[in-house]
Amino acid sequence: MIEVNKLTKRYGPVPAIEDVSFSVRAETTGNIVGFLGPNGAGKSTTIRILTCFQPATGGSATVAGYNVFTQSMDVRRNIGYLPESAPLYPEMRCREYLTFRGKLHGMARGDRERAIRRVTERCWLGEFIDRPISQLSKGMRQRVGLADALLHNPKVIFLDEPTIGLDPTQIRETRRLIKELGEDHVVFLSSHILHEVEQICTHTIFIAGGKILASGAPADLRQEISAGSRLIAEIKGEPQAVESAVKAIPGVSAIECETSDAWNRLTIEANGTGDIREDVFKLVSAKGWSLREIRREVASLEDFFIKITAEQRGARV
Amino acid sequence: MRNVTVLTQRELNAQFYSPIAYVVLAVFLVVSGIIFGSANFRPGAESSVRVLFSLVPMTLVFFVPLLTMRLLADEFRSGTIETLMTAPINDAEVILGKFFGALLFYMVMLAATLVYPIFIAAYGQLDTGMAVSSYLGMFLVGALFISVGLFFSTCTQNQVVAGVCSIVLLAVFTFLGDYLAANQEGTLRVLLQHLSINTHYENFTRGMVELSGVTFFATTTILFLFLAVKMLEFRRWR
Repeated sequence: MIEVNKLTKRYGPVPAIEDVSFSVRAETTGNIVGFLGPNGAGKSTTIRILTCFQPATGGSATVAGYNVFTQSMDVRRNIGYLPESAPLYPEMRCREYLTFRGKLHGMARGDRERAIRRVTERCWLGEFIDRPISQLSKGMRQRVGLADALLHNPKVIFLDEPTIGLDPTQIRETRRLIKELGEDHVVFLSSHILHEVEQICTHTIFIAGGKILASGAPADLRQEISAGSRLIAEIKGEPQAVESAVKAIPGVSAIECETSDAWNRLTIEANGTGDIREDVFKLVSAKGWSLREIRREVASLEDFFIKITAEQRGARV
Repeated sequence: MRNVTVLTQRELNAQFYSPIAYVVLAVFLVVSGIIFGSANFRPGAESSVRVLFSLVPMTLVFFVPLLTMRLLADEFRSGTIETLMTAPINDAEVILGKFFGALLFYMVMLAATLVYPIFIAAYGQLDTGMAVSSYLGMFLVGALFISVGLFFSTCTQNQVVAGVCSIVLLAVFTFLGDYLAANQEGTLRVLLQHLSINTHYENFTRGMVELSGVTFFATTTILFLFLAVKMLEFRRWR
């Protein structure tokens, strides 16, 4: 659905994105792809190029089988796009706006009215479909923008930070809607919120500093970073004895111990993907110590994100 | 072409929603009313629409940019340009749609001034030929002014900057052309006269429709529309 090959965009001499390549295919990546990165990473620039709003400086891209540069009109007929700020014409009424957009997509009157009814229902626009857009709240505008993106039933839908500026209920509703959309459309959404991407996306592409750093299913990415897990255990016993005994468990690479009221709080770093909780428990029971907590911290995308951005900052300095 | 009509329709509606358009329309009518009244309701004055028609372009220098400054500047400022230009519509269609939308509103403005020739026809003698050629002239001047305003609106996202730049450029070619030409001699004088909007327009108010005048307005209008399309492309390339 989306093929991007060495895409580069420079604003003057400064590259916004450099040699960005990735591909989105329903069979390998699933239908909902998250484009993740910190602010200023080049997410919006990439989306603007893919939606034919801006031409790239170099590289090539195809969307829905059409080249973004040479078959711009064909691409535009097959995509829906909701920019970050959900820009709309404030003086128009929702229905009027959707009618205008439908006409731009060349939809005949009957089709258009049916499509407007369909998106009205889908995006819960019912109560304010005849209200002027200037009177709508940010969340409602977002829905109108989304309705517009769905109007012509496009193959690919681009959503730039779709949940930004919404309240928690609206965020939940929007996420549910995106999941539903994934059933019949390819959804390409950008976000800087990690758990959002973890929750709704079938595939994640990481971008930072204008470069693709990693891509894969959210679970695989987590695996990649959780090579090595962290265990928290609280054990009652002689601090030195506990520390040295736990350190002797195979797979433990580092250990930190804090003691208070005879309880030792251990932070254990383990190599590999194996689980050493059982070993710790067996050790404790063999020695006759007490155990009041044991838990494994699985690295989240958050950790990955922080790690990557820290590495980047390091590289720049 | 279908896209142009769709956009023209939206632009015309947007003008009617905008308070600026109503203010411009009202003030334009007041000003033209004052000109008409002071030229006709004096003892011994000739009852004619000639004075009115010859002065109207001067006022348009200020009114037309107020109508056009929003056209693209506002789309760039609010970001609607992104949704507009990711729909299947090309740069030239966007510019033409905006142009015709503003032009239709301008024609509504002109239609409102029809009351003056009707008034003269009822109470005096109207030179119909002259009135028709004057309206043709005003239409051509308006189209040129709109294309200049549209071009500047494409250059910036600030409406005020777009408006001021258009007013300055139009004022130079409307007011200064004659004035500068009067102080020059030879080819320079002829050149300046040819560049002056007023020189070309005056013939229309005398009842003369000259090919050179029509060509001047038509080609400069097309030139600025072309520049606007190029500027729009350029801004997206950046």
